[in-house]
Amino acid sequence: MSDSLSKLEKRTAYTLVLPAVLLVFAIVLFPIFANVWISFKDIELKDIRIPEPRAKKIVKSISENQSELKIIYKLRNSSLIQEIRNVQFQDKLPTNVSPINLDPRCNFQSKKIICNFGNWQAKYRENFEIIIQSNNGEIIDKKIIKSQKPILSGKADNPLLTTNFTLENFKKVFYENNFVELLLTTFYFTFFGTVGAIIFGILAAQLVNQNIQGRTYMRGILLFPYVGPVVALAYTWTLLLDPNSGTLNALLVNFNIIEQPINLLGQKYITMSILGFEFKLRLALTTVIFFEIWRYFPLAFLFILARLQAIPQSLYEAAEVDGASPIQKFIHITLPQITAIISILFMIRFIWNFNKFEDIFLLTGGASGTRTLPINVYQQGFAVSDIGMGSAVSIVIVMLLLSFMIIYFRLIGKRANEV
Amino acid sequence: MRFKSLAIFLIISSFFLTCILSIWKIMATLQGLSFTNLNVTPIFLIGILLSLAFVLIGNKINHLIKIFSLSFIFSILYFYLDEASPYWYILGVFLITLFFTNKLKKYSIQSLKEDFISEKIIFDFITLFGIVFFTFVILFPFYIMLVTSFKTQIALLVNPLDFSLDFTKSLTELFKSYFVIFETYNFGRYILISSVVSIGTVIVTLLFAIPAAYAVARLNFFGKNFLSTSILIIYMFPAIVLVIPLYTVFSQLGLRNSIFGLLIVYTATTLPVAIYMLQGYFKSIPKEIEDAGIMDGQNWFGIILKIIIPLSLPAIASVALYVFMIAWNEFLFSLMFLDSPKSFTLSRAIQYLSGDAETPRQYLMAGSVIVTLPVLFIFIYFEKYLVSGLTAGSVKE
Repeated sequence: MSDSLSKLEKRTAYTLVLPAVLLVFAIVLFPIFANVWISFKDIELKDIRIPEPRAKKIVKSISENQSELKIIYKLRNSSLIQEIRNVQFQDKLPTNVSPINLDPRCNFQSKKIICNFGNWQAKYRENFEIIIQSNNGEIIDKKIIKSQKPILSGKADNPLLTTNFTLENFKKVFYENNFVELLLTTFYFTFFGTVGAIIFGILAAQLVNQNIQGRTYMRGILLFPYVGPVVALAYTWTLLLDPNSGTLNALLVNFNIIEQPINLLGQKYITMSILGFEFKLRLALTTVIFFEIWRYFPLAFLFILARLQAIPQSLYEAAEVDGASPIQKFIHITLPQITAIISILFMIRFIWNFNKFEDIFLLTGGASGTRTLPINVYQQGFAVSDIGMGSAVSIVIVMLLLSFMIIYFRLIGKRANEV
Repeated sequence: MRFKSLAIFLIISSFFLTCILSIWKIMATLQGLSFTNLNVTPIFLIGILLSLAFVLIGNKINHLIKIFSLSFIFSILYFYLDEASPYWYILGVFLITLFFTNKLKKYSIQSLKEDFISEKIIFDFITLFGIVFFTFVILFPFYIMLVTSFKTQIALLVNPLDFSLDFTKSLTELFKSYFVIFETYNFGRYILISSVVSIGTVIVTLLFAIPAAYAVARLNFFGKNFLSTSILIIYMFPAIVLVIPLYTVFSQLGLRNSIFGLLIVYTATTLPVAIYMLQGYFKSIPKEIEDAGIMDGQNWFGIILKIIIPLSLPAIASVALYVFMIAWNEFLFSLMFLDSPKSFTLSRAIQYLSGDAETPRQYLMAGSVIVTLPVLFIFIYFEKYLVSGLTAGSVKE
C-alpha cells in the first residue's frame, strides 16, 4: 500500500518539477554545452541563417497585345557559402492562362507551374522567364499575376550542424587576442570592484546599524543604485562624467580644483605623481570600477547589516563594562561576526563582477582599456561577427568560473554552511 | 589629555561642518549661483571658532538660545565671505549650522575628559559624515537625471551648471522632453512592451516555479537533492555565456525580435532563484495543515491552490516583485535579441536612442526617468517584500 503511495508521490513530483527543469535545461544548460560545439567551428554571424532559395517576381508586358505577358523570376541562393540541393519551384496561374515555350525543367499542370531546378551553388543567381498567354484572347490583369507569390523549397545543411571542426578559434583567443592583457584587465576590474563594494558595504552597514534617526529611510536610499535600471544609471553617469559638458568636470573647473576637464571614461592612462614617484593609473578602468562599486555596494551593505543586527547587544555591553574602546569593539566583536558573510559575499560578487557585461558596455563600450572577457565575447561575436571565436571566449569564461567555484568550495565552502 | 581631545574635537567637527557647507554650496551652484570658490580654509577656521565657543559656553545658557545665537553669528560671518549670495542661501547656511550645533549638544569641557573620548568623537563624526556622504553620492546622480530632463538643449549649453527649474514656464514647456519622446520616439509603445514582458515573466515564472518548489519542499523523489543543489550552481552561470548559442538558435527559429522569445529567456533565467526562494518558504509551512487537506481528498493541485498559495502570499509577493524588477531592468538579452524598433523594450530603446550622437541629452534623461520611476516606486512601496527577495536572490542581480 505504502509502496504504491510513494510511487504516486514520485509521479506527482516529476509532473510538478519537469516543466521548470525542461525550460531551464533548454535555455540555460543547453547553451553552455552548445558553446563547446560552436567554439570548435569556423562560423560567422552571416553563416547562421539556413540557406534558402528566394525568388522575386516581376511582371512585364511584351507588346501592345495585353493578352500576353512576361514573368521574370529573379532567383537566388540566399547563402554566399552554401549549396541548396533539389530546389523545387511552384507558382499558380489564373484560369484560362497558360505558359508558352515553357523551360524544360518545368511542367504545367492544373494551373500550376512546377519546376525542378536541381542544385544551386552558393551565390547562385538566375533570371528565369516565362511567357504567359490568355487562352481566350482576353486581357490578363498584371496585378492578379503579381499578387500570386511563388513557393520555393530546397534542402540545405544547417551550418551549425555540420561536423567539420577546427582549433583555430582557441588559437586565436590565446595568441592573437592580447589574451594576457584581457585577463589582467578582467581580474583588475573584478578584484577591485569586489573589494571596494565590500568595504563600502561594511561602512554603510556600520552607519545604519547605529541608533540614528530615519535609519529605515537610509536603508531604502542606500539600495537605490542596486534596484535602478542599469541603462538609466550608466547614461546618467556618462553624462555626469562627460569631459565637454559633464556636471562633474564643470564643477571641478568652476571651483578651480582642476584646470582642464578630465576625460574620465575616455582616457586609458593618467600619470599621477605622489611623493615624487610617478605612476600610471588606468583611468577609464578605475572610473568603471567606481561605478561598479557605487552600483553594487548596496548588496554587500544589505547582507552585512542583516548580520550586524543579529549580533547580540550584550556582547557590546560586556565590552563596555570591560572598558573597550570603539575601535577595539569593532575589531574584536564586529569583525569576527561578519567574516563569514564577507567571504560568501566576496565569492558571489567576484563571480558576478567577473561576468559583468552591461555596465562596462554602456559606459565605455570596452574602449580605453576596459575590455574584459565578457565584453570580448560581444566584440568577437557581434562586432567582428565571428560567432565561433565569441563562443571560444565564452568557454574560457566558463572554465575560469568553474575553477573559482571549486576553489571556493574547497576553501570556504565548509564555513559557509555554518552561517 | 584634555587638550588633545579638545583639538581632535575641534578639527573633526569643523571638518564635518566644512563638508556639509561645501555640499550646500555645490547644490546652490547647480541652481545657477555663480560661486567660483569653495572657501574651504576660512570656513574651516571659523568652524573651529564655532566649536570652541560652543564648548566654552557650556551649560551657562539655555541650549536653544545658545545654538540659535551661535548659528546666527556664524551665518553673518559666512555672509561676509560670500557677499554675492542671496538670502535663501544664507538661510540654508543658518539651518545647517543649527543642525550642526545641535549635534554638538553632548560635548562639553567635562565630557572631553571621558575615556576614549577622541575615538568616540571620531566615530560620531565619521557616522555623521558617512550619512551625508552616502546620501549625497547616491542621490546626486538621480537628481541630475531628473533635472536634466526638464532643461532645454540651449539652456544647458549656455550654463552647464544651471539646473534650476523655471516654474514660470508653462507645464508643456517644462515637460517638453517627455512629450517629444512619447510623440517622436514612440515611448508609449516601449512602456507597453516592457510592461507586457515583465508582467508576463512574473506570471509564467510563478506558474512554473510554484509547483516545482512545492515538489522540492515536500515530496520525495529520485534526484531531489541533486536538483536543489544544482539550482544555485546553474544560477551562477552568467547571461553572457548563454548569449551566442541562444542568438544562433533564436535566429534560426525566428524567435529574435519577438516578445515571446524574450519572455522564455527571462523566465528560464529567473526560475532557479524563484524556486529556491519559494521552496524555503514552503518548508516553513506546518505539514499538518496539508495533511488535513489530504484527508479532505484534495489532490496535489488542490493542495497547492487552496492551502499552499494562500499561506505563502508574502513569499510569492516578494518573488513576484523581485522577478518583475529583474525583467524590467534587464538589458543584455534585449540588446542581443531585439534589433527592430518595433519590438524594443524601454532599456533597449534608451540605448538605441543614445546610439545617435545627435539625440539631445534631456531626451535621454527623460527616457531614463521613465524607466527608473516604476522600479523606484515599487521598491519604496514594497520595500519590506523586496528586501527579503534581494537577500534571498542575492546570487543573481
